[in-house]
Amino acid sequence: MDEKIRHILEILENDARASPDEIAALTDMTAQEVSQAIAKLEETGVIRHYKTIIDWDLVGENYVYAVIELKVTLERNQGYQVIAERIYKFPEVRSVRLLSGDYDISLTVRGKSMKDVAFFVAEKIATLDQVQNTATHFVLKTYKEDGVILHEPEAIKRLPVSL
Amino acid sequence: MRPPCDPSKFVAEIVKNVPPSGIRRFFDLVSGLEDVISLGVGEPDFITPWHIREMCIHSLEKGQTSYTSNYGLPELRDELSRTYYRRYGLDYDPASEILVTTGVSEAIDIALRAVVNPGDEVIVVQPAYVAYVPAVVLAGGKPVIVSTHRDDEFRLTAEVLKPAITSKTRAIVLNFPNNPTGAIMTREDLEDIADLVAEHDLLVISDEVYECLTYEGKHIPFSSLEGMKERTVMLNGFSKAYAMTGMRLGFAMAAPEIIRSMMMIHQYSMLCAPITAQIGALEALRNGNDEMERMVREYDRRRHFIVRGFNRIGLDCFTPKGAFYAFPYVGATGLSSSEFSERLLNEKRVVAIPGDVFGEAGEGFLRCAYAASMDDLKKAIDRMDEFVGGL
Ligand SMILES: Cc1ncc(COP(=O)(O)O)c(C=O)c1O
Repeated sequence: MDEKIRHILEILENDARASPDEIAALTDMTAQEVSQAIAKLEETGVIRHYKTIIDWDLVGENYVYAVIELKVTLERNQGYQVIAERIYKFPEVRSVRLLSGDYDISLTVRGKSMKDVAFFVAEKIATLDQVQNTATHFVLKTYKEDGVILHEPEAIKRLPVSL
Repeated sequence: MRPPCDPSKFVAEIVKNVPPSGIRRFFDLVSGLEDVISLGVGEPDFITPWHIREMCIHSLEKGQTSYTSNYGLPELRDELSRTYYRRYGLDYDPASEILVTTGVSEAIDIALRAVVNPGDEVIVVQPAYVAYVPAVVLAGGKPVIVSTHRDDEFRLTAEVLKPAITSKTRAIVLNFPNNPTGAIMTREDLEDIADLVAEHDLLVISDEVYECLTYEGKHIPFSSLEGMKERTVMLNGFSKAYAMTGMRLGFAMAAPEIIRSMMMIHQYSMLCAPITAQIGALEALRNGNDEMERMVREYDRRRHFIVRGFNRIGLDCFTPKGAFYAFPYVGATGLSSSEFSERLLNEKRVVAIPGDVFGEAGEGFLRCAYAASMDDLKKAIDRMDEFVGGL
């Protein structure tokens, strides 16, 4: 990978709002070169999406999250893709992953209440033909999300001057 | 009644002769001020990577709190030896050619004490890290100053070095990538210096603590030059590359005779480097490369940002290729380095170290460490822009 491209991606991965001007200053490029590079990264699908990590609790929106483990049976001529697609189309489902190990698929689901989430799983997921069984784990607290620590402890102070 | 006592008379002449550090004075100026943005810090703003800290904690839980070999943990020396073989094809025997020290600071001190006879001349290339001249003086040597220049992007050239060599010259202290200029040497520069070193039968004490912070090209250890391994004491450490300043860990690599004599001093003055830090260092070498490279890429971006910033606000700044310092020229404002930085501190609350602290050759320049957060760097440039605009 080109070093400049790596820099651009690392900057954006950290801060999706970094402007071409800002990125240019950090990479010894012109803003125009940066914009072109980003456009290309978007076109080719390297950059999938720009998103924001929000602590909804702080504005009183107490979403409930749960991790759901699914064991599935595959039907003839069908891979995991088919079942994953069925599942990820529900807007309640925030992520879908195929796993190695005891379970096959792991989901994160978001709802307004525990009841909400439990009913969603019981009605929409557990009833799917391919789903053998489900295990629902409610999230009690999120400490780190996508590489971002949500409740950072106080920073350590350095001396203002040193050799 | 017994006569009163003036304790100052107990202070040795040799210590009295060490000039006070200009950085220390600045430290006093800063203390007590609020809302200060500091580009005056010679250490990473990163915390030691967690896997390293975690390994240290684990070792403490296990109760690994004993002395180690005077030379340092054998596993650490083995890993250092392997690391330098892998990186540069350098072959240092872990049993006899490596000494683990309490930071590069200690290594500088004992390297000089191990090789300098009273009155020997030691060449120090300035602008330079502030410890070298005092360390030479305390070792009983005579520092001889050689200056690098902006026009050479602060690389040491043979032309500059040659006239400083006399029959009394014992050693040269080199530091590339350089604190405070950020300069690195090209292979040709180094070969020219090596020729002189061989011709005049000298020793090189090469402080390569910023080795891993090389942004353009690849670092070249002085000892990797043809015929230079026996003539080089290579000093390095974990403070900068792995953000481990407070852990106090460094090392020296040199010929067995020199390492043994350094160990003679080290065993009585230090006994051994702290074991917790040695365990952390071992973890850093084994598993720290990704984190280290991530930090280096981050510095690299800040480097571009700050250099462009200085040039935009009218402070001429060459692009440093190593370490984490930019060294803009402020002389064009009509102020001296120290006037500039004192006023900058008092009027805009930005700390940057005046270049003359690092030797006369640094006059007119300012050392600005970009091992600070992007927010601070942005604010610092904005404030300096206002300051320069108001002059
Ligand atoms: C050139 C140079 N050498 C040595 C040191 C000290 O390093 P250590 O923390 O390993 O004692 C520093 C620290 O600023 C430095 O800049």
